Amino acid sequence: MATVSMREALRQAIDEEMARDDRVFLMGEEVAQYQGAYKVSQGLLQKYGEKRILDTPIAEAGFAGIGVGAAMVGLRPIVEFMTWNFSLVAYDQIVNNAAKMLSMSGGNFHVPIVFRGPGGAAHNLGATHSQALESIYAHFPGLKVVMPSNCEDAKGLLKTSIRDENPVIFIESEVMYGEKGDIPDGEYTTPLGVGKIRREGKDVTIVSWSKILAHVATKAVDQLAQEGIDVELIDPRTIRPMDMDLIVESVKKTNRLVIVEEGWPFAGVGAQISHDVMKRAFDYLDAPIERVTQEDVPLPYAHNLEIASLPSVEKVVRAVKNVLYVS
Amino acid sequence: MAVAVKMPKLSDTMTEGVILKWLRNEGDKIKQGDIIVEIESDKADMELEAFDSGVLRKIVVPVGGKAPIGSLIAVIGEPNEDISSILQATPAPAKAEPQKSSSPVLARSAVSVAAPAPASPQPVAQPIDGRLKASPLAKRLATEHRLNLQSIPGSGPLGRVIKRDIEAALISKPVSRGPISVQPGTAEEVALSPIRKTIAARMAESKQTAPHFYVTVEIDMEPAMAFRTQLNNVFETKISFTDIIIKGCASALMLHPQVNGTFLGDKVRRHHYVHIGVAVALEDGLVTPIVRNCEQKGIGIINQELRDLVDRARTRKLKPDEYQGATFTISNLGMFGVDEFAAIVNPPEGAILAVGAIAEKPVVKNGQIAVGHTMRVTLSSDHRIIDGVIAAKFLQDLKKMIENPASLVSIT
Repeated sequence: MATVSMREALRQAIDEEMARDDRVFLMGEEVAQYQGAYKVSQGLLQKYGEKRILDTPIAEAGFAGIGVGAAMVGLRPIVEFMTWNFSLVAYDQIVNNAAKMLSMSGGNFHVPIVFRGPGGAAHNLGATHSQALESIYAHFPGLKVVMPSNCEDAKGLLKTSIRDENPVIFIESEVMYGEKGDIPDGEYTTPLGVGKIRREGKDVTIVSWSKILAHVATKAVDQLAQEGIDVELIDPRTIRPMDMDLIVESVKKTNRLVIVEEGWPFAGVGAQISHDVMKRAFDYLDAPIERVTQEDVPLPYAHNLEIASLPSVEKVVRAVKNVLYVS
Repeated sequence: MAVAVKMPKLSDTMTEGVILKWLRNEGDKIKQGDIIVEIESDKADMELEAFDSGVLRKIVVPVGGKAPIGSLIAVIGEPNEDISSILQATPAPAKAEPQKSSSPVLARSAVSVAAPAPASPQPVAQPIDGRLKASPLAKRLATEHRLNLQSIPGSGPLGRVIKRDIEAALISKPVSRGPISVQPGTAEEVALSPIRKTIAARMAESKQTAPHFYVTVEIDMEPAMAFRTQLNNVFETKISFTDIIIKGCASALMLHPQVNGTFLGDKVRRHHYVHIGVAVALEDGLVTPIVRNCEQKGIGIINQELRDLVDRARTRKLKPDEYQGATFTISNLGMFGVDEFAAIVNPPEGAILAVGAIAEKPVVKNGQIAVGHTMRVTLSSDHRIIDGVIAAKFLQDLKKMIENPASLVSIT
C-alpha cells in the first residue's frame, strides 16, 4: 500500500502502460516540455522521449483527429485535453469518428483511444470553463465514459481504459489532482462497468461519482449518519456502461434513491439512472426518485453564486430527507 | 360535440355494473384515455377509460348506483354545450341508488340495503379528489398483505400512502376487516352483489338444464406426496397437490377429449388444449382463474401461474380473459378436511372435478392392513355429452397418473 496524489496515480497508470506496450503514446497541449498543465505527465518526456510524449498546438480538433487516425492504424493514443471544456472543439472527431468508426467500417477499424483530462467546475473559471460534460458523451453508443472518485480507481481504471479496444472518455477532476489516497502495491487493473458500494446502508441509496461523490455526497452521508439516517453510497465509477444491477439491488433494499451529480438536470446522467430504476424496481419505490444537480443555468463567475449553483451537502441532505418523508 | 358514456360490457356474463368510484368530478377536463370511473362487474373490478376528450359535464349514475349494460352513466362534452338532448335520448338506468355516504371506505358496501349498524367511521386521510395515492412499494405491500389501501391513512405528501403507513396498518390489524356487530334475535336482508347474482343464475341454470351424474375414485397419494417432496427439495419450489392434480387432469383429459368438451346445444366442441379453471373462494363468492394450455406446461410453471392468478383473484384484479374460457374446472375443498363432495358443472364445460382431503387411514396393501394416505375425487359430468363409462375411464387414467407421478414429467 502506498499513499500517492491523484496526479501520481494517473501518471503511474500511463507510465506502466507505456512501458508495457510501445504502441501507447501521449499527446496534448503542454504535456511534454511543460511537464503537463496539471503535472500528470511529469517526467514522462525524459523517460519516453519526443516520439511518445508529444506537445500539440492549441488545435483540439486537429490532434483529436490525428489520435483517431493513429488508433485506426494500430497505435494506442492517449489524448489529453487540458480540460474537457476544450473537447467541445473536437466534438465531431470524438462522436462522429472515434465513436462510430467500428460500426461504420463494418467492424474493420477498432479505435483504441483514451481521451482524458479534467472535467467539471474548479473555482471561478466562468461558465465556459466549468462544465460537467459526462452526459453528452455518455449519450453516444460507441463511447465509454469513466469517472474515478479516488486514487486507487484512477490508476486501475485508466490502465483498463488504455487497454480497451474502443474509445474511452476518461474524466478527471482538476481540484482532486493534489488529493492523496492509498493505492495497492504492484500492478492492478479495475474493470469498467462495475460500480462499488462505498458505504453500506439500509435507509436510502445515493448514487454519485467523481468529485461530487468525494467532496459532497460523502460529507452529506456523514452528516446524515449523525442524525441516525443510514445511507448506502454507490459509486458507479463508469458512467457508461452503468452498473445498473448494483443500483437496482440497492434500491430494492432501501426503497429510495437520490442521485447526486455535477451536470445539469435536463437529460443528465441521473435522468437515465432514474428511468432505469423506475423501470426495473418500480414496485420497490416508496418515494419519487430525487436528483441533486447543478442549477439549470450557465455556471456564474461570482463565487457566491457558483457555490449556490453547484450541488452542496445541504441540498443532498434535503433530498435524502424528502425521499424519507422526514423534515 | 357531447357524447354519452355508457355502462360497458366487461364480461360475457355481465348484465349490469355498479359504480365503485368516480375518479373525476363534474366539470373536470378529460383527455381521451383518462381513467374516469371504476366499475364492479359480476367478476371483477375494472377501470373505464374515456373514449373522448372534453369536460365531464354530468355524472348520471352516482357511486354505488347500478346501471345495465349500454345505459347512460355520464356525459362528456364542451364546457357550455347544451346536453339536454343526450340526457333525454339515452336511457338512464331505471333506478340509480345513490350512495348514502361519500366516504370511499363505504363504497363497497353500498349495495347492501340493510346494513345492521353504521360502521364506525374509519380514519381516511386520502383526500377525496378521485385518486388513491400510494407509492408503488405501498401498493405492492398492500396487495401482499391483502390490505385495503383505501382504508389506510396516508402520511406522505397529499395523503400518499407509503411504506410506514402499511407497516402501521399491519401492527394495528387491517382496519377494513373489523367484525360486524350483529343484534341477537334479528334478521337482515343483504342485497346480492353482482358476483353473487351471477353465481346464482349460472348454478341454477346448470343444475336445471345439465343432467348431472357423479363418479368417485379413491387415489393412493403416497407416491404423489413423495414426488412433491422431491420436487420441492430439488427445485426449492412450493409445488402444491393442486398443481399435481392439475397436471394429472391435463394429461388424462388429452386421452379423453370427450371430458374436455363444451356443450353448444346441437354440437360439442372438443378442445385440443386444456385450459383448467381453479375455483378460488372470495369473500362474497368465487371465481375460477384459468391456467391455460396445461397440457404443454410443466408442474413448476403451472405452480407459478396459479399462484399469481390466485393472488390477483383474491384482490379482484383478474382480467376477463383470465377467468373466461376454461375447458375443465377443479374445485378443491381438501384444505377444509372434506372427505369428498360433488360440484356443479360450470357450463358450457362438460365436467368438473371435486377434490377432497388427503386422509391418513388404513389401507389394504398386498393383503395386509397398513397405514396409507388417500384422496377421494368426484367427477361431476353433464350426461348430455359424457357417459358413465367415459367418466370412469377418465378417472381410471387420472388415478393411474397421480399414483405414478413420474408420468407427469415430460420425457419428450
